[in-house]
Amino acid sequence: MRKLSDWTKRMAKYHNAYMTAGCVLSGIILLMLLVGIFFSPYDPTQMDASAKLQGISWKHIMGTDHMGRDVFSRVLYGSRVTLIIATGTVAIGAGAGTLIGALTGFYGGIFDEIMMRIIDALFAFPSVLLALVFVSLFSTGTYEVMISLGIAFIPSFARIVRSEFLRCRNMDYVKSAKMQGATDLRIIFLHIMPNIRGVLLSSILIGFNNAVLAEAGLSYLGIGSQPPYASLGKMLSDAQQYIFSAPAYVFGPGIVIIMMVLGFSFLGEGIRKVQG
Amino acid sequence: MSEEILAVSDLQIEFHDHQFPETVVYDFDLELEKGEIVGIVGESGSGKSMSALAIAGLLPRHNMKKSGKIMYDGQNLLVCDRKILRSYQGNRIAMIFQEPMTSLNPVKRIGWQVEESLRIHVPEMSKEERRQKAVSMLEAVGLHESAKVYEMYPHELSGGMRQRVMIAAAMIADPEILIADEPTTALDVTVQAQIVELLRKINREKGTSIIFISHDLSLVRQLCREIIVMQDGRIVESGTAEEIFRNPGQEYTRKLIAAIPRVDLSVPRCSVQSKGLGRNGRTE
Repeated sequence: MRKLSDWTKRMAKYHNAYMTAGCVLSGIILLMLLVGIFFSPYDPTQMDASAKLQGISWKHIMGTDHMGRDVFSRVLYGSRVTLIIATGTVAIGAGAGTLIGALTGFYGGIFDEIMMRIIDALFAFPSVLLALVFVSLFSTGTYEVMISLGIAFIPSFARIVRSEFLRCRNMDYVKSAKMQGATDLRIIFLHIMPNIRGVLLSSILIGFNNAVLAEAGLSYLGIGSQPPYASLGKMLSDAQQYIFSAPAYVFGPGIVIIMMVLGFSFLGEGIRKVQG
Repeated sequence: MSEEILAVSDLQIEFHDHQFPETVVYDFDLELEKGEIVGIVGESGSGKSMSALAIAGLLPRHNMKKSGKIMYDGQNLLVCDRKILRSYQGNRIAMIFQEPMTSLNPVKRIGWQVEESLRIHVPEMSKEERRQKAVSMLEAVGLHESAKVYEMYPHELSGGMRQRVMIAAAMIADPEILIADEPTTALDVTVQAQIVELLRKINREKGTSIIFISHDLSLVRQLCREIIVMQDGRIVESGTAEEIFRNPGQEYTRKLIAAIPRVDLSVPRCSVQSKGLGRNGRTE
């Protein structure tokens, strides 16, 4: 039986300032998302020609945009889109990347050589540019962007996981697992994977940030979710034209992106610190 | 009277990972009878660990050339299917390693690691049965409060305790052969004696055959009836412990024997060293 006090003691070991800051910031974002699902002050697509580009007020706490839509409601909706895309991107990138990295790192040899040259070639392009290529191959839209960014994120995860596997595969405990009769897959997933979970988790959180930013970048370029709905990046690119006449418009989506990115990178840093 | 369970003949191991192939073991022969303890001694680089890894089936398949035969259960372990080899590993042939500090997975509980062989080879065993067996095994290797140790992580144990855990993990599926590759080298002298005693007990009670590898001739003498002396990848001498100690046939064996520290002689250690064996016979 483990008591609650044991649990708090265990958690105290994982506590540090980065962790706290990260939890608070991402907590706010998550809360906002949950609230946004059930409630928003206005319909995010409802236009009001008489209330264009208003500043911050009690009626519109983040102002209104160039079509008179409530920015706060749109941010609630947009951050959901952004998070879904970022989650999907990381899931695809980390999933495939981990698999490739684990197999190449564990087995080495010619398979490793070939995979790594392909990964190197992918690495030569910035991931946003790479995603652009894939978007042009598929088409534009939320899921297409997710898949494109996901593919563009595979190389970095593959690299990280591969180097961890290279480090671990010659460890004595791998030898003793082999001696216990474990199959290669068992060794990879049950014996080595738990040893790299810290590295993997913090790189997933960093990858998450990059995905948020990359999605914002793509939306800014006009690729991604289509009007009237918008992700945070799309809203920023709309707001850019009015940055002098209506500075409040940039402020809303901007601050949410900053909070999201900061929150997750603090979490990642905190986990890395605990890992030592 | 006793039956032979493992026969190694003409084992030769070559590395092919450099420009020129390098042979590390020449014509290694070994016969192991049921319930017997065979000792392999030699300085580091003499090929004793390589031979052991070959018997355990742990040598990599590429970059290497192996010839000869390792016959166990009617199979040649050098060329048999990986699947067959795996079904022996952990189940019928087990191995413990030199470094107890790194041989345990740092992020897994002791119990999980001790049970691993059972999970692989006896999957039908229930969780509770497995746990009971692991706890009693931990108790049997001399870890008291074994139920508590079961829940611990490796970093919470000392080196000697970890080596005991390794022995428990190796012995849990009741293997026929236990290969101990310098199991005491990383431990201090009192713990060394305890581990050797434990191995002797396992051999006596379960009838497990043990291949005991060490550079320390005095330990090998305590434990083994048969001794194989290796140098530079070759067997230079083999025979019973008595024969070898009473009448060493080779200069090298004599030097190894002379390298055993003795309390009744006040020979300064440096003079032992000057007789030609590197670092007082304690290599690695």
